[in-house]
Order: sequence, then C-alpha cells, then structure tokens
Amino acid sequence: MTLHIANVRLIDPEALTMAPGSLTVAGGRIAARDAPPPAGARIIDGGGLCLAPGIVDLGVKVGEPGERHKESFRTAGLAAAAGGVTTLVTRPDTRPPIDSPEALEFVARRAAEASPVRIAPMAALTRGRDGREMVEIGLLRDAGAVAFTDGLRQVESTRVLARCLTYAAGLGALVIGHPQDAGLSAGAAATSGRFASLRGLPAVAPMAERIGLERDLALVAMTGARYHADQITTAPALPALERARAEGLDISAGVSIHHVTLNEFDLGDYRTFFKFTPPLRGEDDRQAVVAALAEGLIDILCSMHDPQDEESKRLPFEEAAAGAVGLETFLPAALRLWHAGALGLPQLFRAMALNPARRLGLPQGRLAAGAPADLVLFDPDAPFLLDRFRLHSKAKNTPFDGARMQGRVRATWVGGRRVFPPEGRDAAA
Amino acid sequence: MTFRGRHLLGIEQLAPDEIRALLDVAEDYAAFNRQPMRRRDTLAGMTVITLFYEPSTRTQASFELAGKRLGADVMTMAVAVSSVKKGETLIDTALTLNAMRPDLIIVRHPASGAVNLLASKVDCAVVNAGDGRHEHPTQALLDALTIRRRKGRLHRLTVAICGDIAHSRVARSNILLLGKLENRIRLVGPPTLIPAGARELGCEVAHDMAEGLADADVVMMLRLQKERMDGAFIPSEREYYHRYGLDAAKLAHARPDAIVMHPGPMNRGVEIDGTLADDINRSVIQDQVEMGVAVRMAALDLLARNLRAARAGAAGAAHA
Repeated sequence: MTLHIANVRLIDPEALTMAPGSLTVAGGRIAARDAPPPAGARIIDGGGLCLAPGIVDLGVKVGEPGERHKESFRTAGLAAAAGGVTTLVTRPDTRPPIDSPEALEFVARRAAEASPVRIAPMAALTRGRDGREMVEIGLLRDAGAVAFTDGLRQVESTRVLARCLTYAAGLGALVIGHPQDAGLSAGAAATSGRFASLRGLPAVAPMAERIGLERDLALVAMTGARYHADQITTAPALPALERARAEGLDISAGVSIHHVTLNEFDLGDYRTFFKFTPPLRGEDDRQAVVAALAEGLIDILCSMHDPQDEESKRLPFEEAAAGAVGLETFLPAALRLWHAGALGLPQLFRAMALNPARRLGLPQGRLAAGAPADLVLFDPDAPFLLDRFRLHSKAKNTPFDGARMQGRVRATWVGGRRVFPPEGRDAAA
Repeated sequence: MTFRGRHLLGIEQLAPDEIRALLDVAEDYAAFNRQPMRRRDTLAGMTVITLFYEPSTRTQASFELAGKRLGADVMTMAVAVSSVKKGETLIDTALTLNAMRPDLIIVRHPASGAVNLLASKVDCAVVNAGDGRHEHPTQALLDALTIRRRKGRLHRLTVAICGDIAHSRVARSNILLLGKLENRIRLVGPPTLIPAGARELGCEVAHDMAEGLADADVVMMLRLQKERMDGAFIPSEREYYHRYGLDAAKLAHARPDAIVMHPGPMNRGVEIDGTLADDINRSVIQDQVEMGVAVRMAALDLLARNLRAARAGAAGAAHA
C-alpha cells in the first residue's frame, strides 16, 4: 500500500534540517520526499505536526526471559509504539542473561510474535555476565546480536576485557562498556557531595566514571576494537572522550535521558523512582553533558528503559532497585531540551535515531528514499500531565509521574504499518 | 512559637524557634525527673511502640522510660525475633503496626531515609531514633540541652565534632542543629572519615586535633563505627588513637572550660581516653544520658499534643 503523509514538518537528522513538506511511503520504505501524491495513495494530513524517523532506543531492558511480571515484549512494544520508538535495542541482562545463540533465538522469536515494533537484540559480552569467559561472539553475531555488553556491570578484570575486545575487533563486533569504576561504585546510591552527605547515602565520586572510561579507552587503543560507552554523565569524563576521538579511535558515547533532564536534587526525600545506575549527578555535570550532546561529542541519547515493579521500589533508598521505565516519556522528556533551547529537533533525532542506527549498522533513523518507513508524527508543543498509571509498560516506575510535559506522539509507523494508535483509531486524534 | 510537627524525623525540618521550644519543654522535664515522684499522665491512654532494627541500649531504654514516665503504654518490638526475620518488608511491618492503632512509633533503622518512608505510610506520629547515616534528631536535641545547661547559651560557641563523621547520623543532626543556632562548627578527623561537601555545609574542616580543638568551647567525640565501614578507612586503631583519640594533652588545645561529650557507646582507648571520659570536671557524658530522657519526654509530649489537636480538628471537620 502507498501512503502519502502531507502537510508536515520533516525533521531530517542527516541534513540537520527541519522544513515543511510531505513524505511518500511504498512497500514499507520511504519512496520520496516532497513529491506529489501517487495515484491511489492513502493521503494523511499531518496537520503541520513534526514527522521524524522513529526512535532507535539503545539499551532497553525487557523482562523476558525471567521477569515477565515487570515487562514483556508485548507491553514493551506497545509502550515503544506509543512513545515513537520504532526499534528496541534490547539489553542482555535478563534472567538468565542472553549469552548463547539459543537464548538469542528465544528473544528473536518472542519479539517477532509479541512486539509491534522492531527488536534488535544485544548479547552479553561474558558468560553469565560474570566477567570471566567471553561469549561465542561469532555465533551470536551470526544469530543477529547487534552489540555485546554486560549491561550495567563492568568487566572488572582488565585481562578479560582486553581479550574480549581483541577478539571482537577481529570480527568487527561492537562492544558496549559501562565505564564506571567498579570498586568506587560498589554500593553507591548517590553521587558524592553535599547533598548525598546530608541524606546520609552511600555515594560514588563522579571521578569513578573518568577512571572507568580511561581504562576502557586505553584498551580500545591497544586492541583497535569498536567501542561504545553506554552512559557518560559527568564533566570530568568529557576531555577523555574528546582526546580519544582526536586519536581516531572507533568509539562512541551515550547518555540516558534521565541524566540530561534530572539532577541529584530530584532525589528529594529519598524518592526511589529517581535511583539510577550511575546515580543522578549535580547540575554542573548535567549541563556539561547536555552541551556535549548538543555539539555531538556524546552521540547517542537513550531511555535506558528499566522496568521495576513496586516491590523493588517500595524500600529504603539504599535497598531499592535502580532504573526507570522510559519508552513513553523519552520523547517528551527529550523535548524539554528543545524547549529549553539546548538542542534543535534535528540534533535530537540525530542522537535518538540516526546515530544509534548507524553505530549498530541498521538502515533506520533516516528520512532518505529507500530507508525503512519507521516514522513518528508528533506535536512538540502539546502539553499534558503525566499519569504513570496510564503508561503501557507493566511497570510504572517513572520519575516523571505528575510532571508537566510537552510533546505528544500522534502516530507511529514501523515499515509503513501504523502501530500507534492501533489501526481502527483516528491517527491524528 | 512552639513545635508544630506531626513527626520528628530530623533536625533539617525544624526552625530555630521550634528547636528552642523543644528544649524549653525538655528543661522542665529535666527538673521533673530529679523529683522523687516521676510520673505524669500526659500520655495516659496512648500507645507508644518502639521498633528498633538495630541494637540499642541507651536510646531504646531512654524512649521507653520517657513514655512510661508520661503514663503511656509502651510496647517494645523485638525485631530480631519478629516477622521481620521472616522477610517482611519495612512497609508491611509499618502497615501491620498501623492497624493496631498506636499513637506514636519510635523507629531506628540501618538504612538512611527508612524512617521517612515508614512515616509516609502510617497515621500516627513517628519519631526517628536514628536512620542509617542520615539523622538522629533526639540525640542532637539532648546534646544541645546539655550544652545550653553547661555553657549558659547555645549560640556563638565553637564546637569541634571529632572522629568518624562520615558514618555518623549524630554528627549530621548536630551539624544541622548547631548551624541553625549560629555556632561555629569544626569537623576534625582523618580525610577518609570527613563526608564529601562538608565545607559547603558551612563547617570548618581540620585533620589535626591541635588545630581542630583550638579555642573550642565544646569537644564532641564520636564513636568509630566499625560496623558501618566497608573497607579501609584508617590504618589501625592504635594509629587512630594516637592521632585522634582524645586525651588530656589534646584537650589542652581547647578552651580551659571546654566540655567533653560523647553520644555513647564509647570505645575507651580508641576515640577517648578512659580517665578523661570519667573526669566529672570535663566530661558531661552522664549529663547527656540524663538529658536524653528529658528531651524524649518533651518530644513525645509535644508530638502527642499535635496529634490530639490534629484529631480534634479532623473530628470537628467531620461534625461540620
């Protein structure tokens, strides 16, 4: 079927432009831009709203296998569709972890039968994510793993990580690190400083991130591996990143939406929905990271979607689980940066769609002819009050509950098929 | 102005006038406690539960005695042999106790913020008897009362807080209270035991006892909290005692009339010399214990008044 979406503002993260126009979709792919509607095409009036490539979210935790009561592929997919996320790059830190081709096949099968959006699975870097033996990187890559990571866990042994990177380099596989020094980070629930001291919380110095990053980058220089740092959240880590870029290492860096829109003061009176790994930082760090994102030093913005049930959060702060659901709040939270004048919409979609897709070797994230028709139509200004119980995710642990937000998704397409709102309902409603 | 709080969770929430009001009431109870007949019916018919997730001798006994002297029914929960041992969560325990309709719950818990969490789930008044490394408000109040009685004032004093400040809720509550009342606070200890951001809290920091104790009016020693230490903070107890243990020679750097305090329990020969701790001319450690009962009576009394007022207000609203 041919689809013609007219009267929209096209957000092009490749050309970094935003301009009025139209988009024609045929055979699940983008056919043309600003062309007259082909005969017989179904015409949609975009009402002057924004049309952008669907979000490619790097680092999404789904509770399957093992914790389906927190999130299933179905609920994660529904939440993603409602949030304009068209590709979930899933994390392997499930129970058991995705560390074998068989486990990866389970993910692929469940994803295909249950999720309305695309799933690009990642695999663990070491067996059981325990940092001792590398997984079958070659077999896993052949089975469809787009990257290798132990999730929010460091490979503590420098020797093991060096071998993993060396081996992965030979295959051209992407390794994703969590550059937080494990020793300093152990047991930490907050970032050290005046606020954590007053609250009496075990805390980690921001420098732990630079230490972790410098180690990983040195190993990348030694091995020539392709490397991505999952979250860079502090100012002291940025010069290290800049230096490695200048040296021409094949590296990229990400940051979670929470670390660019919230800071340590949001913890307030021990609010466990604001507990993250790494912990929220001071305002100076947040601003430095936003600036790095705007200038492209940090390439990728992700939701770090991490569903946790109420039982895991209704505990004293130190004992509570870290993480938050993020798929549906990702875009409106990111639009806070746009409303604040920190980033343009094309820059935002470069970080949320184009860069992650490119880094993983996926064809998504672009508005060019021939690219998959994964699209999101949204109103960047529509205001609303977030009610966590209206989220599609099974888990409702969002730090934005009750927050005033701006930006609503009006429609999401995956491969030219509308996945939100579900067919039968008015797309522009 | 008086204390209007529904709970007593920390010093952070108290205004200077509320602190003074609490101390004034406690002063009356200190006198009352020295009379031969030490029982009132201020809390008659009210139920007080003490719920301690950490071992305690003086604080739990002090609260229990305070409740009994005010005529309350005091129930002591032995956490070690209760359902908590069977894995019941803090919130479930809170809801269970809440259903028994107590009037006041006194809680100690090893996690910072745990008492705030519990207070958000119950209808009665909650007193924080120490949560993790966060706050221990009644300890700071009893320290303040002890200082005020000995020094005749509670402002413009130089107070040296010495030792394991990083792991101490007593230190945090004292820093907040003494800061609100405009005293000069010096934190003295090895850098590993000084919390991050101490200077931003308005404290001076010293790593040497001679410098830290210079001209101090009050020397407050803290217990070395070995049970909260998860790694190497000091090389050995003997080196710690050598550099930071309070003895007569180090105390000589303070003002001649400086008083020595310790929240207990003491590690004699680790942070304080035993002879000095027992010196009735300098050490006010026994006064602190005595004032502890008075301060806790004041806290229970005022919280009960506020609770009754809130209930009367709610009943009035229901009638109207």
